[in-house]
Amino acid sequence: MDILYLPELGQFALILALVMACVQALLPLVGSMTRQPLWLAYAQPAAWAQFALLSVSLVFLGISFLVDDFSVAYVANNSNSALPWFYKLSAVWGAHEGSLLLWLWILAGWTFAVSFSRGLPAEVLARVLAVLGFVSIGMLLFVILTSNPFDRYLPRIPSDGADLNPLLQDPGLIFHPPLLYMGYVGFAVTFAFALASLWSGKLDTAWARWSRPWTSVAWAFLTCGIALGSWWAYYELGWGGWWFWDPVENASLLPWLLGTALMHSLAVTEKRGLFKSWTVLLAIATFSTSLMGFFLVRSGVLNSVHAFANDPDRGLFLLMLLGVTIGISLLVYALRVPTLKARASYSLISKDVFLLANNVILVVATLTVLLGTVYPLIMDALGLGKISVGPPYFNTLFVPLMLLLGVFMGLGPVSDWKSMRLDKLRKKIWLSGAISLLLGFILLPWVYDGSWSIWVALGLTLFFWVVTTSLRDIWEASRGKKGWRGISRSRWGMFGGHVGAALIVLGVTMVSNYGEERDVRMAIGEPVTIKGYEFTLIGLGEREGPNFSADTATIEMRDRNGRLHRTLTPEKRNYHVRGMPMTQVSIDWGPLKDIYVAMGEPLAEDAYAMRIHYKPFVRWIWWGAFIAGLAAILAVTDRRYKVRVPEESGVKS
Amino acid sequence: MKRALLFLPLIIFIGLGIFLYKGLSMDPSARDSALLNKPLPDFVLPRLDNADLKVSGEDLLGEVFLLNVWGSWCPTCYEEHDQLIRLAEEGVPVVGLNYKDERPKAFRYLAQQGNPYTLNLFEPDGVRALAFDLGVYGAPETFLIDKEGIVRYHLAGEITPQLVNATILPEVRKWQNAQ
Repeated sequence: MDILYLPELGQFALILALVMACVQALLPLVGSMTRQPLWLAYAQPAAWAQFALLSVSLVFLGISFLVDDFSVAYVANNSNSALPWFYKLSAVWGAHEGSLLLWLWILAGWTFAVSFSRGLPAEVLARVLAVLGFVSIGMLLFVILTSNPFDRYLPRIPSDGADLNPLLQDPGLIFHPPLLYMGYVGFAVTFAFALASLWSGKLDTAWARWSRPWTSVAWAFLTCGIALGSWWAYYELGWGGWWFWDPVENASLLPWLLGTALMHSLAVTEKRGLFKSWTVLLAIATFSTSLMGFFLVRSGVLNSVHAFANDPDRGLFLLMLLGVTIGISLLVYALRVPTLKARASYSLISKDVFLLANNVILVVATLTVLLGTVYPLIMDALGLGKISVGPPYFNTLFVPLMLLLGVFMGLGPVSDWKSMRLDKLRKKIWLSGAISLLLGFILLPWVYDGSWSIWVALGLTLFFWVVTTSLRDIWEASRGKKGWRGISRSRWGMFGGHVGAALIVLGVTMVSNYGEERDVRMAIGEPVTIKGYEFTLIGLGEREGPNFSADTATIEMRDRNGRLHRTLTPEKRNYHVRGMPMTQVSIDWGPLKDIYVAMGEPLAEDAYAMRIHYKPFVRWIWWGAFIAGLAAILAVTDRRYKVRVPEESGVKS
Repeated sequence: MKRALLFLPLIIFIGLGIFLYKGLSMDPSARDSALLNKPLPDFVLPRLDNADLKVSGEDLLGEVFLLNVWGSWCPTCYEEHDQLIRLAEEGVPVVGLNYKDERPKAFRYLAQQGNPYTLNLFEPDGVRALAFDLGVYGAPETFLIDKEGIVRYHLAGEITPQLVNATILPEVRKWQNAQ
């Protein structure tokens, strides 16, 4: 077999995967209508076959990149013979067609994982797999009909490729898309569970228990994926920002916000049997926003720095796909969701209500971001002109909402289910409240900066509030019979998730209020002092990379006592094939601050314009996100998800 | 009644879908200007680099130039900046209109990105001057002004390399050669 036929085989595997997806979707559907258990049993092997076939397809595309097969259009457009091998591999998902294939492969992977879940009745499993099969059919059709990654340039084969976009030639971008897609697509599983339960008409607490681990894992991946993207933007784009309210960033934030709401609402539904129809709607909406983000990014309806290659046919196809998937699921929801009121009661001061408040705030935040993102489009469609909605809109509305959310983030863990006496709640929170106000609102802003500003004070108060209430909750849990060892992993997960969120608040507060940026002229041997550090340009040079040449600078950074603290080596690269200049920043990083140096323009033979950023606590934004993500994974390993529970049980008061 | 309420998410989604569908057939960056083939509105604005120096419409006339509305807050401006530099290198005068920005941020932007502008006007938030009269909704927007001060071309949105080659440079040359 000649290696040159791999693209055709990959394409063939893709088509077979579509066939398998049809089997996986249709046979269980017909089987459950005609009550044929045998037909239901087809779903599982079809899911395995689909995963195997898509793996073949993805691997063959990867090999085409590795062997520089520039007859494949997608390879020729996104790779180059001089590209290092690991970027050749990550170029597989560097543009539209390949990233779709990755999306599909991940969906098949999730389906594969679901097909092994224990303790799930065969009929439920078949229905869940069938729904996932339908999602897969739609996306496979989209790839095969409009965005084939295996298209060839024949007979005239390009001698070399157009290279991967230099912005994407970075370790962060190797992992960012797969993590993000794991998150987006992971919500398809929750979505499938929700639709399967609507389909069967059995919307019980067991459904919530099955959905919870999948939701948490998907949320963990999405959180880490977004954080990685933000980190990448921070050091790779060279302007030191970590969030820009770009439509594509917003597209990832929408499912994240709804997914966060969903995780909490699933907890209420599982523990108390409340808010069932609301939780189902959230499950549908979370995956719908994932899909809608997909559409917004790839159809060209919005102006964005992330824009993929746009093609109106693709946009129309995607919109139809979106309409069918979301439209049908919302229709099923409207027709099938039970309207009976849950019998469980709850009072105003209770975990139930605090979690409901969390949900309301998160949904309002989602709508705020959604409105800001599609507003330009709506105005345009109504003929009211072209506008762009910028950070001021989002910051003005989003920050207060998150502050409010933080209040409930502290109340949630320490409160009781069902109902709670006010004096009991007061007893549990007075110390946290006092510490937060004293340290966060009054003392620390002064200690840190010598001045006081309301935003810093609010941010820090919230940080202490969430941390101390979480500590209080975990301390109380440790007073049970088994002590610290008796604390369940899901409780540790909640603790980690909330502390992670608090750390993000800390990072955002500090860097937004105390961050500084300075543009300086640096000449060789002339020191520049910024924030107590002395920066001296030691030398300028040049170096050749595999596919770029770079101007380099060596800067010594000394502390107050004149001791050498760190040598910084920023670069300015010019990537040969695309002729694109890129700044490569050099960062002296630490838990309390980042010093961030980027090269600007040359000013003279021995002088350069440099941008030096002082970014206090900025790392905690990403560390907090990773901690929260890991905590969600930890919660999933809780033993109660492993124990096989009979279907009727699971309702606790 | 309760059941009817459950259709609300579907209705909202359908509404959104209609806008998305209309969005597909629209180019987010294309818009006809009401000012096309009309004279540039009168204005007096300070220079970005020197608040004491005022520039009026009269000062700019006499040659064909591009008027580019930008701000350091505008992500797309970063995107199109290379094209402005290229236009400047091609010898096309580009006058910047720094819009709803702050001076330090604008200076930083120019220091980082390079400065293709022959001159920058400064119209901060709250001032209703040239950008307002031109009907600017956001940044970036670019206008081509001919020797007589008539607006001959207008682009709302990003200047792409294709636009430079296929439209902007030919338009500039056309009006430069016009008598």
